[in-house]
Amino acid sequence: MPIKQLYHSVKLEKDKCVGCTTCLKRCPMECIRVRNGKASILYELCIDCGVCVQICPHHAKVAQTDSINSIFRFEHRIALPAPTLYGQFRNVPSVDNVMSALLRIGFNDVFEVARAADIVSATMRDLLKTTTVRPLISSACPAVVALIQIRFPELLPNVANVLSPKEVAAMLAKKEYSKAHGVPIEEIGAFFITPCPAKMASIHSGRSTYVDGAISIQDIYGLLSSNLKHEVPEFIRQKPHASWQGVNWANYGGECAALRRNNLLSVDGIHNVIHVLEEIENGRLDDLEFFEGSACTGGCVGGALVFENPFVARNSLRKLIERMQVGDAQAAAELELPPDEVLMMQPWGPRPSITLSDNISDAITMMDKIEGLTKTFKGLDCGSCGSPTCRSLAEDIVKGYATELDCVFKLKEKVEALARQMVDLTNLY
Amino acid sequence: MTSGENQTFQEVRTVERSNFAAAGQISSYYKNVLKKLGVHSGVVRRVAIASYEAEINLAIHSWGGSMALTIYPDRIHLLIQDVGPGIADVDRAMQEGYSTASEEVRMLGFGAGMGLPNMRRCSDAFEISSAVGAGTTVNMDFNLLQEQPQEQ
Repeated sequence: MPIKQLYHSVKLEKDKCVGCTTCLKRCPMECIRVRNGKASILYELCIDCGVCVQICPHHAKVAQTDSINSIFRFEHRIALPAPTLYGQFRNVPSVDNVMSALLRIGFNDVFEVARAADIVSATMRDLLKTTTVRPLISSACPAVVALIQIRFPELLPNVANVLSPKEVAAMLAKKEYSKAHGVPIEEIGAFFITPCPAKMASIHSGRSTYVDGAISIQDIYGLLSSNLKHEVPEFIRQKPHASWQGVNWANYGGECAALRRNNLLSVDGIHNVIHVLEEIENGRLDDLEFFEGSACTGGCVGGALVFENPFVARNSLRKLIERMQVGDAQAAAELELPPDEVLMMQPWGPRPSITLSDNISDAITMMDKIEGLTKTFKGLDCGSCGSPTCRSLAEDIVKGYATELDCVFKLKEKVEALARQMVDLTNLY
Repeated sequence: MTSGENQTFQEVRTVERSNFAAAGQISSYYKNVLKKLGVHSGVVRRVAIASYEAEINLAIHSWGGSMALTIYPDRIHLLIQDVGPGIADVDRAMQEGYSTASEEVRMLGFGAGMGLPNMRRCSDAFEISSAVGAGTTVNMDFNLLQEQPQEQ
């Protein structure tokens, strides 16, 4: 199988970067270095979580997404709104208003990703009945899946081989549209309205077959806001809608809530997710049935590409959900797709990226040097050298990407020694 | 620290009695080291579980001790030593579900009596010796060459 170069959404705008250590210190993957006064990303470790995009005080970290104009390369255009989109607007009467607004900005049709989430929930419920894997790990958050591929490869067999809701939505949307309008699938473009760079990256990394692009919520927020008050077309009203549980996927814990089981765990925030994955790795949670990790605080409502404050968005969604018919809409959704179509053909593979060397003897020698060097540093993890921790600087030095004098304390020692030598020299004469 | 010529890596760390705040740090460190060395993920997981159990055992039951990790190109060796109090009946301690942990420790979610059995289950070679008053020593080996790399 050919190995595809992984696409990444998170980029650096060099001109805006002042070389501060804000992103360096907060990156959960320790994949940022500041070299020559500018940040750079070690992409083989980047999971596109968007933490750096959210915290950069100079807005130098950006998430690349597709422009709204890019949808017009297709004759037929379907919007796939993430349920997070609904929570961006205060006091919007119903989901139909958001869908209508999407039509007004250039889409011909809309398919709710929340509806696909209902289908994925049903598939996951079935899977939990048959699998012996404990805990089963949600594959919904692409940043968490990438994290597991890189840092927790031994947990990959636990990751559910289930397509993400956006992928299921695109597949169903294209099939429905093609049938209804008699156009070939290739002429239909399906665009995910994304709350985060990780989903953008997952679409363009070769794992997606039906989604043609991702539009950032932030990019179209203004356009949509001004189009919310128009009358809703009849065909939108007639559409089968997602259940409130599907919409609830926008919040962390939403997926667990739809599984109707007891022994489940949902965790939000990438650093928290890492801690719990460590617990799973240590065999401390072997009795757990399901683990849902969301990289962002609050779940997708906390994504790096949303407009509204995540806590406000959560409340707006709650209000919307309360107004929705709390009927068993997902039962209808289940009928539309046989569960095996929601399962992935290709299981999740590791992203081998953190090994020091292909040869274990060489790697051991390098590790020995790293450990020795680490002990000579102060251990403040100040980041002034451009590496996130003293240990990572030691590793960078052993790999040949940095020198000991990048450490300000080592530099000070060196200067002091030189000064002393100069004094000694002057005393000679 | 041994020399690079023998291609071994050694790191000794101490575990304090009842320090639950630090529990898990050593096994977490081991995992990171092993992953950087390119050790097969199945072995990493077994070392993770065994070393975590050892670390917790030292914190719960011992008066303090140390963990020494030595990595050779073909195996990983883990030496766990404590300064006491020692185990009166080692055979019984090796039985699944047998525990002398206090109620307080059980309230923390530990003391299920699976510590030593888990260590034996996860390691390729396991050896324990203990004497009341003298402390406990556990030796564990993990082979590196047997497991084939996972297919991608």
